[in-house]
This record gives sequence, structure tokens and C-alpha cells, in this order.
Amino acid sequence: MATATARTANANVTAQTELERRMLRQMLLIRRFEEKAAEAYALGKIGGFCHLYIGQEAVAVGSLAVLRDDDYVISSYRDHGQALARGVPATAVMAELFGKATGCSKGKGGSMHLFDAGRRFLGGHGIVGGHIPLAAGIGFAIRYKGGDQVCMCYFGEAAVNIGAFHEALNMASVYKLPVIFCCENNRYGMGTAFERVAAVTDVVEHACSYDMAAEVVDGMDALAVYAATERAADRARNGGHPTLLEVRTYRYMGHSMSDPLHGVYRTKEEVEEQRKRDPISQLALKLKEAGALDDAALQALDAEARAETDEAARFAEESPDPEPDELTTHVLAD
Amino acid sequence: MATLTYRDALNQALREEMQRDPNVFLMGEEVGVYQGAYKVSRGLLEEFGPRRIVDTPIAELGFAGIGVGAAMAGLRPVIEFMTWNFAVLALDQIVNSAAKILYESGGQVPIPIVFRGPNGAALQLAAQHSQAWESWLSHIPGLKVVAPATPADAKGLLKSAIRDNNPVIVLEGEMLYNIKGEVPEGEHIVPIGQAEVKRPGHDVTFICHSKTVTVALKAAEQLAEREGASAEVLDLRSLRPLDEAAILESVARTNRAVVVEEGWPHCGIGAQVVDVIQRDAFDQLDAPVLRVTQADVPMPYNKQLERLAKPSPERVVAAARRVLYLD
Repeated sequence: MATATARTANANVTAQTELERRMLRQMLLIRRFEEKAAEAYALGKIGGFCHLYIGQEAVAVGSLAVLRDDDYVISSYRDHGQALARGVPATAVMAELFGKATGCSKGKGGSMHLFDAGRRFLGGHGIVGGHIPLAAGIGFAIRYKGGDQVCMCYFGEAAVNIGAFHEALNMASVYKLPVIFCCENNRYGMGTAFERVAAVTDVVEHACSYDMAAEVVDGMDALAVYAATERAADRARNGGHPTLLEVRTYRYMGHSMSDPLHGVYRTKEEVEEQRKRDPISQLALKLKEAGALDDAALQALDAEARAETDEAARFAEESPDPEPDELTTHVLAD
Repeated sequence: MATLTYRDALNQALREEMQRDPNVFLMGEEVGVYQGAYKVSRGLLEEFGPRRIVDTPIAELGFAGIGVGAAMAGLRPVIEFMTWNFAVLALDQIVNSAAKILYESGGQVPIPIVFRGPNGAALQLAAQHSQAWESWLSHIPGLKVVAPATPADAKGLLKSAIRDNNPVIVLEGEMLYNIKGEVPEGEHIVPIGQAEVKRPGHDVTFICHSKTVTVALKAAEQLAEREGASAEVLDLRSLRPLDEAAILESVARTNRAVVVEEGWPHCGIGAQVVDVIQRDAFDQLDAPVLRVTQADVPMPYNKQLERLAKPSPERVVAAARRVLYLD
């Protein structure tokens, strides 16, 4: 009996360690992928707007680790991290950024409109807050069909000032929709600090208006994000109650590739201070302290992430542009 | 064939389609307990229950978005706007979400949704409640737009709209809900994209849709009585896609056209119709194409001013006289 318990405990430890290593590996992939994207953007291989996720990796990785394959995910235009964490191949994401036919949206969506219907990754949406009602609608469909899936919806704190956020949260609560509203509070809407434009600066407080469960989460700690998402998913699956998570995070880069890292709206010192809480370093340290990771293993994980990213860039580079007749396909469905 | 009001023809279409397909549901303000602001959904809550007949708060952007999201996850929503004036608040969801998601997903995510409700001016509701939105909505690739004028077309087009795998805008006429007409029972489908000659003629074509079909039919009668001229009334029925072949065929017969619409003149539906005619029937025209529209002003409240602002049979006859060189 004692042996069996010990064996179960060991198995649990192993499973937890495995999960943490997988999350570390995914965060490294996102970090290296985004660095490669920045490089490709500078070389003119990626056009338009390109919003990077560096600094926020723990949010997508920690939360999506909780989800099942039949759950739904929807995001804003800062969507590379969630797409990768959902398992959309790095090759298909990078090819989409390059606008290639092999991209996950066939080169027609670009950085802001990543889709993978098979993985129930339903975009990539470009209007601030515009997809929050869509998430409620996906939740509505889940409830209508009597399923126990959840819809995970990501948006930035700036979207909280938009009417769509409030309309969607109210209806999600009234109709008891299984949606997790995940506000990635990275403190700045483009170059505007949230406290300069929001009367209520704790996003989580908005949940009170809609009688919704809510919590504040440390977005630099993937395990904290995982735990909070697990609680929210349980709530959604058992009774279809929505949750508002305010995940406090930080973006290291500018709002998009065309914006400065710091300057008029935040200081270099602030960015450097935040980098000390880096989500990847934190999780790596935890694993090292637990004896589950050493420098060599970390370097090996990082090398894997770099190799996967290099392969994605090579694939994107070598992939063809969409054929000219793709211009007029997919305007209407058959 | 039963004689039904336009309202009841729409009700029948909704009922039949909801019976046919369990994924169809109706959502909007006052559609359930109140039985519909214009009673189009009368009796549906009793038949289908609150799971499928869903009352909403007054939050057009929110519930239009819920509809689009539900369509993304496999349902076939019918979203009722109490009037299209309020749907302006939901344009982000109609234009940026419903119309674009199929394209920007590279064809992965179709949006089978219907947005419907009354469009155009009623009586003395003043500027914010008296507007025709068809040119705004017809501008957008990724949407289909229909505007039925008769009870039979209302039923047949709404059924087509619900079965379509794309976002379809159904513009109903607030002043049409009470009109009566014969409606085929059961499976009656009017394909999207097909115009119909509502009155044959050979001297001039009146091209119209929705409420202005009634205006054009009256004008055609007056023209026959007063001038002995024969007007053909072509009801577009669908505004996107536009039945260009039907327009050209009619103009080839009559060599003259007047386009009648409830919207404002600038960038209106008529401008699009005129473009089709000048491009493909230039040599068949015996006179410039004229347009009769709402006056280029916000709708006034005063009854006399409102009458002056709207397209009327008299204004259509006056335009017809000009293209027939009777003045």
C-alpha cells in the first residue's frame, strides 16, 4: 500500500515535471519564433502590422496547457503566441506571416488573422475588443449543443474600455456561457498607459458589474496562469459559468514592429526592471531548483526551439505565394 | 395558396426553417416574451422555447457578435434588429467579423448567419429612425443583401437566406409588414440574386426594390392612365449579388430606365444600377437614366416635409415623362 502510494506520488511528480518542461519548451519556442519574426520583419519579409508576444509567453502557454483539443480559442491581433501554444505548427504560422500559400490562413490573413479551424483556433482579430462578443457566441454555441467545452478568449487591457467588452461580459453572465475572458494586462495600449485612460485600473473589478467570477493572476508565472485557468475551466465545464481573468504581464517590445520599445511612454529602466521577472527564466529556475533541469538540458530545449524556428523560417521563405486566382476565392462560401 | 401578410410570411419562413434545422435559432430584442417588436416572431417562443428564441439586452454590437461567434462554432443564427437604424451600432460585427472571417481564414470558417429587420422610413419617426441602409450594406464583399417587396418574396428569400452558408442581410420594410399577398405553402424558395418583373411593359423600366416596388407599380398605373405609356416594373429583390442580366434584358426591351429607391442619392443603389446600364446597354439607351431617391436630407418629422422627402409615384411619373421626352 505504502509502496503504491509512493509510486502514485512519484508518477504525479513526474507528470507535473513533464508538464512544466513542456511549458518551458513552448515558451522558448514562442520567444525564439518572435525574435525570428522581428528579424524577418526588419528584412522586409513580413509586411503590415506585426505585434510580438515577447514577455507575455507565460499567459498563452500556462492557460492553453489546461485546454482540451475540443475547446475553442480566439484572440486579438497579438496572436502568434496563442497559435503556437495551441499547437498550430510554427511552419504554418511563419508562412502566414510571410503571406505564403502554405500559411495557416493561406496567406490571406497575415499576422493578425491566424486561423486553424482543425485545432479550433478561430483567429486572430484586428479590431480592439471586436472578438470578445465572438467568444461569447462560441460559448453560446457550446451551451446550445449541450457540450462541456470552453472558449478561451484573449484580449489586452485596452480592450476593456471598448463597449463590446461590456456587452459581451454582461450577456455571457446572463446566459451562463462557458467562456474564459483572459485579459492580458500588459499595461499599455500602444503608447498609452492604462491608468491614463481608465477610471478603474484593476480590470478584475469590472467582473463585479456582471456578477462574474474573476481573479488577478501573475502573468509572468506560467504555473499561476495554469492554476487560475484550471479553476476557470472547471467553472465553465460545470454549469457554464464565465470567468474574467486579469493576467498581469508585460510586453518587452513595442506595440507593433513599427513602434519603439520605450521612450515617450515608458522608460528603458522600467522595461529592464520587468525583464528581471522574465517568465522563461522563472520557470527554468524553478525546474532547476527542483532538480528537474540542468544547464545542459535547458540549452538543449533552447536549441530545439531555435531549430524549429529556423525550420519555420526556411519553410516560409521557400513556400510559394498564393496563386493570383486566390484573390477572388473565399469571398463567399458555396 | 394562402393569403398572408408580409409579417406572417416571414413568421412562416422562420417557423419552417427552425422546424427543419435544429441549428437555426432566433436572437434579438423583444423576439421572445414580447413576441417581436413588429410581431414577426409571434408564437415562436411557445413553439421552440427560450433556448432557440433568445431575448437580448439592448446591445446590438454584443448580440450581433454572439451571432457571428455562434455561426463560427456551427450554428445558423438569425439575428433580428428591431430596426436597421440600431444595427449601425453592430456594423463592426457585420462588416469586420461576419463578412471577412471566411476570407481572412483562407476559407476555413464560414459564417452562415442572417441579419434581418425593418429598413427604411415609416411615418413621422424623424431622422434617426427613418433610414434606408442598403447602399451601405451592399458595398461590402462577403455579404449578400436581399430586400423583398411582397409576402411571397419575403418568405422565399428569408428561407434562402437561412439556408445560405454566408452572411445574408434581409432588409424588411417597416411599412410592408401589413401588406397582404398570396404565399405558396411549405417549400417556397426564392433564390438569392434573381430579380423579377412585377409588371411587364415596353416603354420604360422602373427598377426598384422593397417598398419602392409599390411606389413604382402605382406610378406605372398613373403613367398608363395619363400618358398611355407602358412601364415595366423590375423588382431587384436581391441587391448583392445584383441580377445584372435581368436589368439589361429589361432595358434592352424598353430603352429607358428610372431607378427608384428609398435611400439617399449619393452613392446609392441606383448609382450602381446606372453603372451597369451605361456600361453594358449604352447603345440601347434612348435617354439618360434618371433616379428617384429620398431627398438628400436627414428625414424631417413634419408630415408634409416627410412626404416631400420620400420617393412618390408622382416623382416617378415625372421622371418617366422626362426619359420619354414628354415634357
